Amino acid sequence: MTNQQLSENYHRGKEVKVSVTDLTKKYDDLLVLNDISFNIYKGEFLCIVGPTGCGKTTFLNCLSRFIPTTRGDILVDGQPADPTHHDMAFVFQEVSTIPWLSVEDNIRFGLKVKRRPPDEVERRTEQMLELVGLKKFRSYFPRQLSASMEQRVVIARNFALNPDILLMDEPYGQLDLKLRYYLEDELIRIWQEIGCTVLFITHNIEEAVYLAQRVLVLGQKPATIKEEIIVDLPRPRNFADPAFVKIRDHVTDAIRWW
Amino acid sequence: MSTAHASALEAPATSRVKGYWKEYNSSVFSLLVFLLIWELVCRLGFISRFQLVPPSEVIVVMIEKFWTAPPDGATLFTHIAASMTLALVGFCAAVVVGVPLGLLMGWYKPVMVLVRPLFDAVRPIPPIAWIPLAILWLGIGIEAKAFIIWLAAFVPCVINSYIGIKLTNPVLIRVARIYGASNWETFIKIGVPSAVPMIFTGLKLSLNAAWTTLVAAELLAASEGLGYMIQMGRRLARPDIIIVGMLTIGFTGALMSYVLTKIESRIASSRRL
Repeated sequence: MTNQQLSENYHRGKEVKVSVTDLTKKYDDLLVLNDISFNIYKGEFLCIVGPTGCGKTTFLNCLSRFIPTTRGDILVDGQPADPTHHDMAFVFQEVSTIPWLSVEDNIRFGLKVKRRPPDEVERRTEQMLELVGLKKFRSYFPRQLSASMEQRVVIARNFALNPDILLMDEPYGQLDLKLRYYLEDELIRIWQEIGCTVLFITHNIEEAVYLAQRVLVLGQKPATIKEEIIVDLPRPRNFADPAFVKIRDHVTDAIRWW
Repeated sequence: MSTAHASALEAPATSRVKGYWKEYNSSVFSLLVFLLIWELVCRLGFISRFQLVPPSEVIVVMIEKFWTAPPDGATLFTHIAASMTLALVGFCAAVVVGVPLGLLMGWYKPVMVLVRPLFDAVRPIPPIAWIPLAILWLGIGIEAKAFIIWLAAFVPCVINSYIGIKLTNPVLIRVARIYGASNWETFIKIGVPSAVPMIFTGLKLSLNAAWTTLVAAELLAASEGLGYMIQMGRRLARPDIIIVGMLTIGFTGALMSYVLTKIESRIASSRRL
């Protein structure tokens, strides 16, 4: 099957969750995002890769309404994206644990802001403590944890919500390989289990190919979509599988900016 | 490297204690020399009794003042109680108004735009310059004095709360926003807790300002209070009374700061900050 056919098959009959049309973002005169248009399908796992500083984070910030767009629309379920209406979660690139809350209270934070019933808050918190292996550290404070443990707290806080849309901005950059592989698998498991839509931003090509159903490659600033690559490999995927390597090399070629 | 390592191993705890004792002894020594010179200067008649009395007499007067009212009309405890009441009323009122105002100014732009010019206009005026106006408006009772202390304590409360909330980590604000928290909820759940350490610094500065202004405020007609006590000492030409008053002001102020610091470290340790 050619790439063209693969792409056509992939897009056929999918329900659009997030639609981005003509998205443009300028900081004064600096054009960061240039006329980007694409759809994210319901329940899709989409990875965006691109060189550092190409505007990946800016895109996420527009989507989550942290910064206004210069032009263009971002619609979620046909309505302008808005965190107060849409069920979103966001794992930031920076460590975003809340320093005055204990590990368990950090995990409860999102659930409480979303006004989930108390028994659900407790149940989800327990599940997440188990999942990220921080049960023993539940009453610790972020300052007492290592960077990777902090990132696990943040991941737990976001997974706990069973969000509709999960936005992840290079979430595993700080973690060691073992933990990264483990949490990548956990992410896949949770995604398959709750069927949320995941938008995962990374500059790690291998990670993108391992996780995604579809990879969008962004070019240098101002960012445009250079290429779309469908990853139709069965899971669990194997880094050494020739088919995997082929796609990885293809993405590497597409992203090559040097 | 290796020598530093070895000396660290060989230096037992006792040598550190010894060093501490040495320092402590030198401090005590210099203090004793100072008191001795003071005592001698007075005893040898270099200076009039109406200007300075020897430290030995100051100590006696201080002890006596615990239960005798004359010559300034009240015992030391009455003075302390009067001054502390005044300072705490002014301080608490300043905290109640100043901290929320500073926090709101830091979070809500319109509040900032409304309040800032007025605040900046009032800030450089020394609180004691308000005394004449305070008397015209509020008379010479406790209200006028508390008002002066309130003014002095108010400024650091506002400034530190403002800075504290401005320093909120923007990522944490975004964490709350992405979960759909309203601006007010983000303010309460993220902004205010993250400003707590700065607020406490403000409270300490504010208490300090309140206590410093106390003496000036008690220059207004008063019948008790530590400021009044030293004022009476001047009128009666009793330097012993003045010095006892001054020392008590120092001790009491230090004690209040200490209590506030204790409360702060309690809160900080419960938050592991």
